[in-house]
Amino acid sequence: MREELKIDNDQATKEMLEKEEYKYGFVTDVDQEIFPQGLNEEVIKQISAKKEEPKWLLDFRLNAYKKWLKMKDPDWAKLNIDKIDYNKMSYFASPKESPKSLDEIDPEILETYDKLGIPLEEQKMLEGVAVDAVFDSVSLVTTFKDKLAELGIIFCSFSEAVKEHEDIVKKYLGKVIPAGDNYFAALNAAVFTDGSFVYVPKGVRCPMELSTYFRINAENTGQFERTLIIADEGSYVSYLEGCTAPKRSESQLHAACVELLAHDDATIKYSTIQNWYPGDKNGKGGIYNFVTKRGNCVGKNSRISWTQVETGSSITWKYPSCILTGDNSVGEFYSVALTNNWQQADTGTKMIHLGKNTKSTIVSKGISAGQGQNTYRGLVKVNENAVNARNYTQCDSILIGDKCGAHTFPYIEIKNPTAQLEHEATTSKVGEDQIFYCQQRGMNEEDALSLIVNGFCKEVFKELPFEFAVEAERLLSVSLEGSVG
Amino acid sequence: MLEIVDLHAKIEDKEILKGLSLKINEGEVHSIMGPNGSGKSTLASILAGKEDYDITDGDILFNGESILEMAPEERAQEGIFLAFQYPIEIPGVTNSYFLREALNSIRKSKGENPLKPVEFVKIAKEKIKNLKMDESLLNRSLNEGFSGGEKKRNEILQMSILDPCMSILDETDSGLDIDALQIVANGVNSHRSPDKSFLVITHYQRLLNYIVPDFVHVLVGGKIVKSGDKSLALELESKGYSWLES
Ligand SMILES: Nc1ncnc2c1ncn2[C@@H]1O[C@H](COP(=O)(O)OP(=O)(O)OP(=O)(O)O)[C@@H](O)[C@H]1O
Ligand SMILES: [Mg+2]
Repeated sequence: MREELKIDNDQATKEMLEKEEYKYGFVTDVDQEIFPQGLNEEVIKQISAKKEEPKWLLDFRLNAYKKWLKMKDPDWAKLNIDKIDYNKMSYFASPKESPKSLDEIDPEILETYDKLGIPLEEQKMLEGVAVDAVFDSVSLVTTFKDKLAELGIIFCSFSEAVKEHEDIVKKYLGKVIPAGDNYFAALNAAVFTDGSFVYVPKGVRCPMELSTYFRINAENTGQFERTLIIADEGSYVSYLEGCTAPKRSESQLHAACVELLAHDDATIKYSTIQNWYPGDKNGKGGIYNFVTKRGNCVGKNSRISWTQVETGSSITWKYPSCILTGDNSVGEFYSVALTNNWQQADTGTKMIHLGKNTKSTIVSKGISAGQGQNTYRGLVKVNENAVNARNYTQCDSILIGDKCGAHTFPYIEIKNPTAQLEHEATTSKVGEDQIFYCQQRGMNEEDALSLIVNGFCKEVFKELPFEFAVEAERLLSVSLEGSVG
Repeated sequence: MLEIVDLHAKIEDKEILKGLSLKINEGEVHSIMGPNGSGKSTLASILAGKEDYDITDGDILFNGESILEMAPEERAQEGIFLAFQYPIEIPGVTNSYFLREALNSIRKSKGENPLKPVEFVKIAKEKIKNLKMDESLLNRSLNEGFSGGEKKRNEILQMSILDPCMSILDETDSGLDIDALQIVANGVNSHRSPDKSFLVITHYQRLLNYIVPDFVHVLVGGKIVKSGDKSLALELESKGYSWLES
């Protein structure tokens, strides 16, 4: 009887190992237009021409490019990054036939999204979630657009927004993240290709989750998307982005910019489930995820909340931040970052308190396994005029095994004496006693580990929309596999 | 059901079990008593498969086969359950979720379908009522912030849900108030049946008034130095252990 059981267990192990594979690592075979490798003004002009952009936008790009040329890549992060040759990649890749409607999308691509669990066809669409699907450099389709338009909500690709809502784009682009903000933001401003645009009008509560699904498919290309979300007075929107890429032995660069702007009494919730290809077990390949995300709570009583689950990418450099300009505004950052094998993450947030009675909350959960290196880096800044600013910061790290590392760099700048800050930090090892307890109840070691780690992340997962919380838990379990024993 | 044969075990070069033998048949309740540090919890951990120990000699047979090479979860799946002397906390994981995962792991190993949350909650609520525990304990993080007595009762709740055939209770009575002791004992007694066996580790004879053992063993210095029926427990209560130490 036990013999049989043994075999069953082996079967289970085998299934698990198969499941462990990065399941989004396939390549879609589709006719593509790809720009030759290299970066110069001509390439930027071509991107702009391809997108039939107005002159002001081309100028915005060229100005950013000039700034970028004079900048140096940041070296302060606790990351080992191979030198990136910006002339060895292409800055534009798009399926040849640019679709006008769903019927025109290459069936191969539709199937891709089906495999990713994001069906785009009307009849299969996820209930209550509108999706903008970005495939390499272009947005393919945006679902539920018409339904949202009835409420005055604009949800479309960035390129379309430039054409259809030029005034709003012009008014806000680069206002939260200036073109020359940092090295990767400047690069993005110069060469960004597509992304999502959201505008929620006054007093409207967006009735469904809006989401963008980013997919890198083409080889040797960078993905530079740009997202802009504006929540007008008293409005509410919850937005989610998901990301995957094929398995490749060369690293690929993803340098996005996301700008959020919340007016009086408006709330923006922005969630990310980042599952870019993390590289193989030996640290070969994987996505460089160098992203600038920033929100400005310009209005009174406004609120911006970032929730991120970062399990993919070989290197993550990312600090979603909030500028709390309006009085009584609230900024939140909830983060789970996992590094396994040779993955590295340097992530955190900046909370800049400018208005009175502004509040910020930071909850960061770092999980390191294998040889992974995980750094939390965060700044809480309280300006002279920010009377009664409050911040609560909690950074917890958990280590699995003894070859990985967790690091915490909290920076604080206080210029107003009424500020109240609270900081808690813990680092723990997943206890053998905890694992043994679970095993004694019948779970195997891997399941036990994923149970314990998911428990560790609960505070962050509860901030995610329900369906995505389930996805996040699953992802975490998959990313942890192979880290015990 | 369980047979321990001349078991010798070390931890960090310190020999803790020094030739322990014990046989437990189907349906029997055995109790182990013994002074602090004599190796009772060590024995329990070794039976459950904790890897920190070196088994230098002897064997453990479960249903006639050696389990020394089996992983802890395989032993659990075969029906060995340990109520821990010090139950572990797992923050962020609800008691209910933990138990469902555990039960479904065991069901899976037997080729049974996993229980859905609603199905599970029905069972759990019924069991928790029998143990007169507050239902809200199901939705709290596993053992986190539980009182000492709540943790112990929770171990018995787990036992009654996972339905093992060989239950090892390590000082489950310690820290229980008088009412709770009776409730826990009832929980154990209602689990008794001709095909289920128990190994009850305790310091107090009182528990054995409620859970009446078929055999009582005294463990001193890593060995069973005396075995008898339930009256041995009474004798220990009055005489202590010193007369047994050699
Ligand atoms: N990791 C360890 N390293 C060294 N010694 C250990 C270790 N674990 C247990 N021991 C020792 O083994 C001996 C037996 O411990 P055990 O916990 O089995 O005792 P016990 O009979 O359960 O005692 P109690 O009645 O106090 O619960 C003790 O002397 C203890 O200090
Ligand atoms: Mg003990």
